Amino acid sequence: MELSACSLRDKLRRDLEADHVEVEDTTLNRCATSFRVLVVSTKFEGKSLLQRHRLVNECLAEELPHIHAFEQKTLTPEQWTRERQK
Amino acid sequence: MSGTLRRAAAALLRWGRGTGGIGLQGAGVRAAGSGSGSGSGGGQAEQLDALVKKDKVVVFLKGTPEQPQCGFSNAVVQILRLHGVRDYAAYNVLEDPDLRQGIKDYSNWPTIPQVYLNGEFVGGCDILLQMHQNGDLVEELKKLGIRSALLDEKKDQDSK
Repeated sequence: MELSACSLRDKLRRDLEADHVEVEDTTLNRCATSFRVLVVSTKFEGKSLLQRHRLVNECLAEELPHIHAFEQKTLTPEQWTRERQK
Repeated sequence: MSGTLRRAAAALLRWGRGTGGIGLQGAGVRAAGSGSGSGSGGGQAEQLDALVKKDKVVVFLKGTPEQPQCGFSNAVVQILRLHGVRDYAAYNVLEDPDLRQGIKDYSNWPTIPQVYLNGEFVGGCDILLQMHQNGDLVEELKKLGIRSALLDEKKDQDSK
């Protein structure tokens, strides 16, 4: 399986209809086994953090077993706007 | 050594109720380890259900509270410490492959650490961290009858 920041970004953007996705390879040597993602999607509206993270986990169900470390942040477009104004 | 640290150290030395001594490590808090030989299907789900409901605060870690073996597990331990939560049950999944997979299946959550409050799955490290940052954790602990130490700290600062 191809595991890259790029492939993860594409998948999250497509499946979660995300407005904005950031994927960072957090592996020291960029060996693409640890990632930090930020996903901004209207699909998160009215959902708890747990429900949001579950959506991301489901989206990447195929990849996650191959990922050593995974951090995620899930925001609605409104929260994302507020975050950027900080 | 500050008073807080001394108290924490004392808490770390305290043995709580064990879970039968299986895989028991100098758990800062309480017993680590699962019912061993819990390999099979439905029975394990029931066992895990009982396990997460046995204590108000339950965490599944890679490593122990004293020696977390992964940064995310360590973060969970540190967040609980910040809030002064000392009385919690910690289970080391590295000691028990069945537990490691079983708890993932139980919660339908693919990663360790996992945090349970009042028997309910709360999330992993990211979620606990965000709950800590947005103040939800203080509220959730309050519901369990646990007063977050951060509240007292804040009061100290306010009165200065």
